[in-house]
Amino acid sequence: MALPTRDVVGVLTDNLRLRGSVLPIPARQATRWAAELGLPRGGGTVLYTGMMYQLIPYIERLVRLEERFGGTRLAALSGLARRANRLVNGISLAARPPRRERAEYDRIPATVARLLLQAGVEFGYLYEEDLYAGALAYDLGADEAVAGHARRIAGIFRAHGVREVITIDPHTTTMLRTVYPRLVDGYDVRVRSYLEVLADHLPPATAPGRGRVVIHDSCLYARSENVVEAPRQLLSAAGVTVCEPASARELTWCCGGPAEALFPEKAAAVAAERVGQLREVAPDCVTMCPICLVNLRKAAHGTMRIRDISEYLAGTVPAGQAPLAASGKRNT
Amino acid sequence: MTAAITSAAPGLAGELARLGDFDAQLCMNCGICTAACPLGIDVLPRRVLRYAVLGLGEHVRAESEAVFSCLLCRACEANCPAGVHIAEDVRLLRRWLAEEGH
Repeated sequence: MALPTRDVVGVLTDNLRLRGSVLPIPARQATRWAAELGLPRGGGTVLYTGMMYQLIPYIERLVRLEERFGGTRLAALSGLARRANRLVNGISLAARPPRRERAEYDRIPATVARLLLQAGVEFGYLYEEDLYAGALAYDLGADEAVAGHARRIAGIFRAHGVREVITIDPHTTTMLRTVYPRLVDGYDVRVRSYLEVLADHLPPATAPGRGRVVIHDSCLYARSENVVEAPRQLLSAAGVTVCEPASARELTWCCGGPAEALFPEKAAAVAAERVGQLREVAPDCVTMCPICLVNLRKAAHGTMRIRDISEYLAGTVPAGQAPLAASGKRNT
Repeated sequence: MTAAITSAAPGLAGELARLGDFDAQLCMNCGICTAACPLGIDVLPRRVLRYAVLGLGEHVRAESEAVFSCLLCRACEANCPAGVHIAEDVRLLRRWLAEEGH
């Protein structure tokens, strides 16, 4: 049974208004990935995570909670949950992923930052002012709440003298680059994905062969933000042979993730279909969006190795991996 | 569900235009969008948008779950011969439904 749309949208919108994120998590946990990098605070150019990768372990915990208790029982409590959530941050109480799960996804923004530093890009970070950009609330039509939130983030950029933002995921990229100019008067910030920035700093030589992967394009990158060639150029330069699935580039097939909040069964069905398309091409898959990463991994049930593109670009994926075991056996 | 065109009232499209750049009236009703949709829900997006253009608010309300199921992935838009901004139109329907208390 689907969760009641009105209450779910209400909780997410309340959280955005009251706590600055649809899924509020402590700032010390959202910024932990930067602890050892010594990035300067603010500056003309900043790396902006929008908390997306850091939120994934919390989303996974909430999804497991729904699976455990069942949509029907949670649906019966949704109205009460919304009222209670206004007083107490329900997300932080309900979803407490262990350090190991958080570390896996914290590694990705840290890897992106190191890739940019290695390419000679100078940037700062906003630490606790690196806020969720509001994508889910905007998608659900909560325009007024998102507009207020966008003005808050634009104010943070102004206060720190930010003129250019480097993003690390497609949802934050679209919000800051395409949506915010429609919501905030005088918004004048250049926004680029780190993939676009790195593509401007391609190494002169191609790295030794690191095997072949099937690429899963993000819907937003491919159809909204024209980030199609950059990931392919970067993977090729990193020595990775990119294979195209049945639906690729501007005609990519959705991972199903956007339906996860309200209709997890529909999200799972779309993800399973996409995994089937990808698995036909190669056992290793590269994604460039945290939502795609978690949704496809869940649907693959260990029958594919699905990794974020930053891991391939950083060369942390071992070359020439062994074939996967029989279907259903876990490989990570 | 069959929508009788005689009951059409254009007011809803006007309300949606007030909320944003609603452009489903450009739709040629060809159905490529529905064929391209990863969800495979037969009312999504062509019929739901047609209901909105015809002002059939009750029909849109009845399909609230389909409207909120949309992935906003824009596979429909990538294939639309009329260049309709389908995902934004669906998002505006969600906003309208939310204001209506759905």
